[in-house]
Amino acid sequence: MSEPHTMSAARPPEGAKAPSGGSDPHAVGERGGHMIPKVLVTKIGFDGHDRGSRVVAAGLRDAGMEVIYTPPWQEIAAVVKLAMEEDVDVVGISSLATDHLIVPKLMAELREAGLGDIGVVVGGIVPDEDEKALLDAGVARVFHPGSAMADIASFVRELAGQVRARRVAL
Amino acid sequence: MNKAIDSKLLHEPDAYGAWQQEYAATIGTDKQVANRSGVPIKPLYTAADWNAADRASDLGVPGQAPFTRGIYATMHRGRTWTQRQLIGLGTPEEYNARLREVLAQGATAISLLPCNSVFRGYDMDESHIELLGTCGTVINTWEHMDAALQGVDFARTSCAQNDPTPFTLLAFMLVAARRRGTDWRQVSGTSNQSDYLSHYVANHMFYRLALPGARRLLGDHIDFCNRHVPRWNPMSVVGQHMQQAGATPAEAMAFTLSTAIQNARDCIERGMDPDDFLPRFTFFFDISVSFFEEVAKFRAARRIWTRITRDRLGAKDPRSWRFKFHGQTSGADLTRQQPLNNIARVTVQAMAGILGGLQSLHTDAYDEALSCPSEFGARIAIATQNVLREEAHLTDVIDPLGGSFYVEKLTDEMEAEIERVMKIVEDAGGMYQAVEAGLVQRMIGESARRFQQRVDSGEQTVVGVNAYQVEEDASARPINTRPDRTTMQAHVDGFKAWKAQRSAGQVQGALDALARAAGDARDNVFARVVEAAEAGCTHGEICSTLRREMGFGHVQAIV
Repeated sequence: MSEPHTMSAARPPEGAKAPSGGSDPHAVGERGGHMIPKVLVTKIGFDGHDRGSRVVAAGLRDAGMEVIYTPPWQEIAAVVKLAMEEDVDVVGISSLATDHLIVPKLMAELREAGLGDIGVVVGGIVPDEDEKALLDAGVARVFHPGSAMADIASFVRELAGQVRARRVAL
Repeated sequence: MNKAIDSKLLHEPDAYGAWQQEYAATIGTDKQVANRSGVPIKPLYTAADWNAADRASDLGVPGQAPFTRGIYATMHRGRTWTQRQLIGLGTPEEYNARLREVLAQGATAISLLPCNSVFRGYDMDESHIELLGTCGTVINTWEHMDAALQGVDFARTSCAQNDPTPFTLLAFMLVAARRRGTDWRQVSGTSNQSDYLSHYVANHMFYRLALPGARRLLGDHIDFCNRHVPRWNPMSVVGQHMQQAGATPAEAMAFTLSTAIQNARDCIERGMDPDDFLPRFTFFFDISVSFFEEVAKFRAARRIWTRITRDRLGAKDPRSWRFKFHGQTSGADLTRQQPLNNIARVTVQAMAGILGGLQSLHTDAYDEALSCPSEFGARIAIATQNVLREEAHLTDVIDPLGGSFYVEKLTDEMEAEIERVMKIVEDAGGMYQAVEAGLVQRMIGESARRFQQRVDSGEQTVVGVNAYQVEEDASARPINTRPDRTTMQAHVDGFKAWKAQRSAGQVQGALDALARAAGDARDNVFARVVEAAEAGCTHGEICSTLRREMGFGHVQAIV
């Protein structure tokens, strides 16, 4: 697997919103208050089209999140390992060409690794009938072509907040 | 006083001036307009922008350098563009059935799209079964290729293989041809998208070996086809992926031409004469919905390529100067919302390509943004081409937009922008180095982000997405068909059984020869790939051997 690429929100680019003040950026308190969501953006399966994943990764970074980005063709086991090592809140899967069909396998392996609380979001070309199956498998949301970056960012931020709150509660 | 001049005559503005005044008075707030490549667009173009009398030699005539008006004297009126629809699905037999339908509906050539598992260099028994055959045909052996192309006469129908280095699918086809008694010298078609550089940069589907190995193998491939399959086009330089990844039309053209120069230089370095290989260089481009920009892009490219081949690379044969290209309507412009609107988009894109002078065209199905295309959508895509040719009569006139003040001026401006970007690549040491350094990827990424921002802000309208939204009509969404699991499982089982009955010694011997060739710069690796295919080696075996010897292709993580 190619080296993942960490894009930190610690030095946000010009114009991006800096995280709001507070002593401990990882403190879990009010939802979305001080924490910096940590998101893994990746692609599994066989497809290599990565415009979407790159644009979304950059967009989430610009929205103040910490993003781990990988190139396409990651093995499911490698994604699980990375999610664990990096302690991510949300995994974003980008899929153009039917790779969403193995997302349920990813969900199962995340659960088996004790990472069932991680939020999973899928973006890309997902036929209607498959969307339901993904949501039933535990995917939090499917973003279709034409989704606005701002919507993706706010949903991911909200989801990350929920994931952190659940972890503290356990 | 000898003359009394009417003061009205002294102050009467000329006609253009009159238009300017009236325009300014009535337009209200005039917005600044630029096309996707950043060229500013005015409301009106006149002879002041482009004057035919001054520019006759740059305009030229069809079939003569600099080919602005078309690479052939007769263009589509003499021979219509090839209707080469990209299709692929399921098992070879399922593909063959769809292929025959498509040929019956009006397609005139073949473009075989293999399964993503094949793109990645894996055999079907190494892959998730859910992903087999969903977007392309599962071909792992020469027998599969033979089955996929049943009923197709290789000597009469041009067949493009979408298959990256090491070009196993062509190898399988050559073996099948030999078994059928078809002389390789009669086989025609294209190693579609054989350009490893553009795939390292974008889309990546065609990226299997590390850069140096891919570079060498492309050279071997061109050399082999030159000698043994002379009607085959081994070089297909690709602009499509970069444009779909977000490059502006001018950038995509610039990067593609830069790649072609790199590939040509590599061939010359191997001792090949430019006139030996340039006539078999072809190009593959995205056609966006930015209609005039695309027409101008292609016209400018023909002019630039003439100068590159004739003046820079030293090609003497006019056939070497001809910019031959296949266009595909851009999937990146299509929307999931109100998908039937995509039929209108594809029509505009197709027209731009046709009026831009392409040689071969693929039109997307309207449901591309929803799923892999349905049969229903694929049929409309071909019908669109038939309508344009036979009802709109777009083949009757060569370069009908030629001479338009706007189109000619825009051709000039796209030419300038393309050359500006080419210079950036040249200054970085040429395309190979620029790509290795990530320069091209970063530029494309920037353009992609800028486009997304324009859509998100509403500056660029996308009908149905950020404007003109409606409650969706679910009945317009086609039912998605996936390959039948039982049939695919039978295909996998059959494949395993086939492997088991091969001569292990023969297979291993061929793979060993392949591995040795990879380490011997004097050997032709593609020739050994063909021999391996003949010996019954599978696609995955050939790819994994070469990956082991020449390096696995990893894409850089550049955001």
